[in-house]
Amino acid sequence: MVRMDLFRSEEMSKVQLIMPAESAHDTITYLAEIGHLMFKDLNPQKSPFQRTYANKTKRCADMARKLNFFQDQLVKAQLVPAVRPLTDADEIDFEELEVMVDNLEVELLEINNNSQKLQQTVNELNELAQVLQKTGSFFSSAWYETEVRRQSGVMSRSSIHGEDRNLPLLLEQEMQTDPSKHGNLGFITGAVSRSKFVTFERIIFRATRGNMFLKSDAIEQPIIDPATGDKIEKTVFIVFFAGDWSRIKITKICDAFGANRYHFPEDAREQRQMISEVRTRLVELQTTLNVGMDHRDNVLTSIGYNLDHWIVMVQREKAVYHTLNMLSVDVTHKCLVAEGWCPVTAKPKIQDALHRAAFDCNAQVNTIFQVLQTKESPPTFHEVNKFTSAFQEIVSAYGVARYQEVNPGCFTIVTFPFLFAVMFGDWAHGIVMMVASFYLICNEKKFESKKLGDIMEMVFGGRYVILLMSFFSIYTGLIYNEFLSVPFSFWTSAYQCRDPTCSDAHSAGLIKWSYNPYPFGVDPVWHGSRSELPFLNSMKMKMSILMGMTQMNLGVILSWWNAKFFHNKLDIWYQFVPQLLFLNALFGYLSILILIKWCQGSKADLYHVIIYMFLSPGSDLGEDQLFWAIVAVPWMLFPKPFKLQNLHLQKVQGRVYGVLGGSDTDSIDLEHEHDEDENFDLSEVLVHQMIHTIEFVLGAVSNTASYLRLWALSLAHSQLSSVFYDRILLLSFSYSNPLIRGMGLFTFACATVMVLLIMETLSAFLHALRLHWVEFQNKFYTGDGYMFNPLSIQTLVHAG
Amino acid sequence: MYGFEALYFNVDGGYLEAIVRGYRAGLLTAADYNNLCQCESLDDVKMHLAATDYGPYLANEPSPLHTTTIVEKCTQKLVDDYNHMLTQATEPLSTFLEYISYGHMIDNVVLIVTGTLHERDVHELLEKCHPLGMFDSIATLAVAQNLRELYRLVLVDTPLAPYFSECITSEDLDDMNIEIMRNTLYKAYLEDFYRFCQKLGGATATIMCDLLAFEADRRAVDITINSIGTELTRDDRRKLYSNFGLLYPYGHEELAVCDDFDQVRGTMDKYPPYQSIFAKLSFGESQMLDKAFYEEEVKRLCQAFEQQFHYAVFFAYIRLREQETRNLMWISECVAQNQKSRIHDGIVLIF
Repeated sequence: MVRMDLFRSEEMSKVQLIMPAESAHDTITYLAEIGHLMFKDLNPQKSPFQRTYANKTKRCADMARKLNFFQDQLVKAQLVPAVRPLTDADEIDFEELEVMVDNLEVELLEINNNSQKLQQTVNELNELAQVLQKTGSFFSSAWYETEVRRQSGVMSRSSIHGEDRNLPLLLEQEMQTDPSKHGNLGFITGAVSRSKFVTFERIIFRATRGNMFLKSDAIEQPIIDPATGDKIEKTVFIVFFAGDWSRIKITKICDAFGANRYHFPEDAREQRQMISEVRTRLVELQTTLNVGMDHRDNVLTSIGYNLDHWIVMVQREKAVYHTLNMLSVDVTHKCLVAEGWCPVTAKPKIQDALHRAAFDCNAQVNTIFQVLQTKESPPTFHEVNKFTSAFQEIVSAYGVARYQEVNPGCFTIVTFPFLFAVMFGDWAHGIVMMVASFYLICNEKKFESKKLGDIMEMVFGGRYVILLMSFFSIYTGLIYNEFLSVPFSFWTSAYQCRDPTCSDAHSAGLIKWSYNPYPFGVDPVWHGSRSELPFLNSMKMKMSILMGMTQMNLGVILSWWNAKFFHNKLDIWYQFVPQLLFLNALFGYLSILILIKWCQGSKADLYHVIIYMFLSPGSDLGEDQLFWAIVAVPWMLFPKPFKLQNLHLQKVQGRVYGVLGGSDTDSIDLEHEHDEDENFDLSEVLVHQMIHTIEFVLGAVSNTASYLRLWALSLAHSQLSSVFYDRILLLSFSYSNPLIRGMGLFTFACATVMVLLIMETLSAFLHALRLHWVEFQNKFYTGDGYMFNPLSIQTLVHAG
Repeated sequence: MYGFEALYFNVDGGYLEAIVRGYRAGLLTAADYNNLCQCESLDDVKMHLAATDYGPYLANEPSPLHTTTIVEKCTQKLVDDYNHMLTQATEPLSTFLEYISYGHMIDNVVLIVTGTLHERDVHELLEKCHPLGMFDSIATLAVAQNLRELYRLVLVDTPLAPYFSECITSEDLDDMNIEIMRNTLYKAYLEDFYRFCQKLGGATATIMCDLLAFEADRRAVDITINSIGTELTRDDRRKLYSNFGLLYPYGHEELAVCDDFDQVRGTMDKYPPYQSIFAKLSFGESQMLDKAFYEEEVKRLCQAFEQQFHYAVFFAYIRLREQETRNLMWISECVAQNQKSRIHDGIVLIF
């Protein structure tokens, strides 16, 4: 028999590796390279720092931190690391790398320290320059306005009322005229962050009891704060006050607010001199700083060449040590014992890797590789490729399959896109989707290496799902004869008008003239006719029921497949058979009626048949079916729990005498089994079975009804597209104005893409997902397994 | 609105309640503490914390670590959580959350004022302040010379202003004054918070009032014990007790006249919930009282999570995180100073 990879998960076996301590590291590295072994944590009770290789993992974490630091620096310096292909010269071992990384970090930190001091001075000078400039302008404008006022001769009371702003000039006037007050008046200039400015002003006002005057001006562009190095918006202020007491207070407040105070010379000449001094110093410092920056950039670029490679290397080391920590150490510290799972088929590969590892590190003793017998449930491993992985992902998102149970992922590959397409039947939309997915698939290599956004990544991951969805959409679209709701007639219709002018096509209806039906899909003549909806609805509803019945029956049959595989006769006779009977007696019967009606063209009312089958069980309408359905319910409910109880009793009775003779280890094993079996509680099992039965019986009805969403969504899709076509495109094209036509076309295109292609795809996707997860998988899928998660370098690199 | 929280609570508070319960799940468990207690060095502590919610906060700290770094990062986590919740909160939850931070504000004010009194550097003091209780003009507190100035200059802008009405005097600041100020402020704050919670009604009121009453009673006991042997008069002491709680009013009368620890114990033994706390202590021993009270508080805070649709979970979470930070500080100190034998003395297990 051909091995079906996806139908059941790979056969796994539990293995034990006993490796000499000196070659353990290399062995694990080799195993990680082939990536077929999932290690089990043998010391779960030990906390991370108590484990054997805690020091090594700590060193790895520290190196990762340093490499992170390099990366941050690269980003900060806005350098794009030029990745150079690896040469042999770049191959270094871990210890060398550690030393190198250490040295580089020290060097970088030193450079940063030096430049930081310089940078701080530069920032201070920058701020000072701003302060000088702004304050200078305060003084000059004040001076200018005094002049103006003096000339115009209004320098009396009105100025006190209206123009408080010019008070400093008054002060200044007084200062110059009255030497006795000169000592008391002072001012402080500086810059404070703009967000704090209002509080700052208020506090100064309060602290001096209003005996101060403050003038401020915002610096236009944000400048770098010398203390923190952040870019913030700042305001330059100058505050005048009287008295030494106020000076102390204001100085304290300035300090509290982190406002930098600067000395500001009163004399205009000195001011100019100071400004020019500051400028020259700035230029000088900038050159020094630039030299330092260049040096740093050089160091960083040389780091950038190999940074990615180093990061991968550190990650790998970390993973290896992490794995080593999971191994248990022999008492003699001479060998390590590992336990884990591997696929049976991968055993030769693992053995090969072990041999190579032993050979390469000249170990005296080979690693011992042996299979363990265990009762533990093995992990689930489906061998997927890039095509099947997305489909398997859909199933695994619901729950990972139990070991070796039937994997619905295998069927999902076809049924998922198909059910999607039933809801999304439009071959124009299908073609657009196909083009999009082809674009993604053709540029696969390019996209794979790139970091994509969240949504884009999802779309890219599902590219093969989208491809199949688009194929099926084109197919169903052709069957529905939907092309943006434009009717296409490839063949001659089976219907025609009563009279040759065809004026009554929409009022009196058409007559059928040919006995040959339309060869493929829906006859386009239905489009736009009065009976279009009733016809399509009836067809799509019945079709949905048929598809639902097929899929649910498949689900029930798969449960038989599972039961047979696990040799569970009880499940076959007391679960599978009555379930199949129940489902088909009610809805299988309905499906057959639908098929007969379609084949014969009968006009029987199926509602009537089904409803009266329940309402008057005595009549001749399908009484046999109802009988079997009613019989199936207790059949599902009662026998299984009692059979289980019987089995349990037999086991317990049989064992009582068996245990006595066993050796110690045997009895421990048996006790373990006892624990599992002893907990048999009939009432609990009965309740459990009752829940299952009720779920199935009610589910049969509600799940069948649930498949009607296929019809509903397909109806919505075709109605929406016809609305957009009729109400936007045709309406705008009824005008001759090209502008209106263009706008109409644009709106139509937008609506089609946004609503029909994106939103409808999402909703159809979700509904198809639900039909699979709930209606299909609840018939057979346990989904309580756990994923096979081997130590593998490839996945590590991808995740990083 | 009484009752019916289940009907409308989730409209505004549902998201945040989910968030805070998620945060709570990140608190360290007894197993974590067990492992932490076995650490040999601070690096081990870091390694263990890397697997918890603190991981991202400590990941980029270079070794060797210091206790202060660990505590700082843990506080940072608390502050980030708090700010996240505060930005998402709507009224009245946002006010509720702000109330939680006022306690730290009072502590910070006291810290700065005491610090300046002893002529410490303001920036050094600022680093010691709890980040939850920071406000813009906090550094300016150093300027003030007496309480009146303190109020007029700085605190009038802060939410603490209304609590100040009782302690505006022109006396110069000294240690005694400051301590009285702290307790008066705390009293006013607790009473205000209590009223606010009562106004909120429903489960919030029931649970929060209970928690706050415990807090008030604890403070009353603390004040009593700390003021024994000082020059604080009985009347003044009486004034510092909050006017609610289990001890109010008769217990307060008795506490006000206590002269030694055993009299306090005698008073407290009349109140069954506190009797169990004092029963753990031997006679004349007051050092372990703090820990006993913390344990009781943690127990009560954990119980707040048993009920749904109320705000006390936010209060409880913040308090529990603070307790956790205290625990971690104790553990790291013990590990750093090689006092592993005393490591279990200071830890209050949360779960």
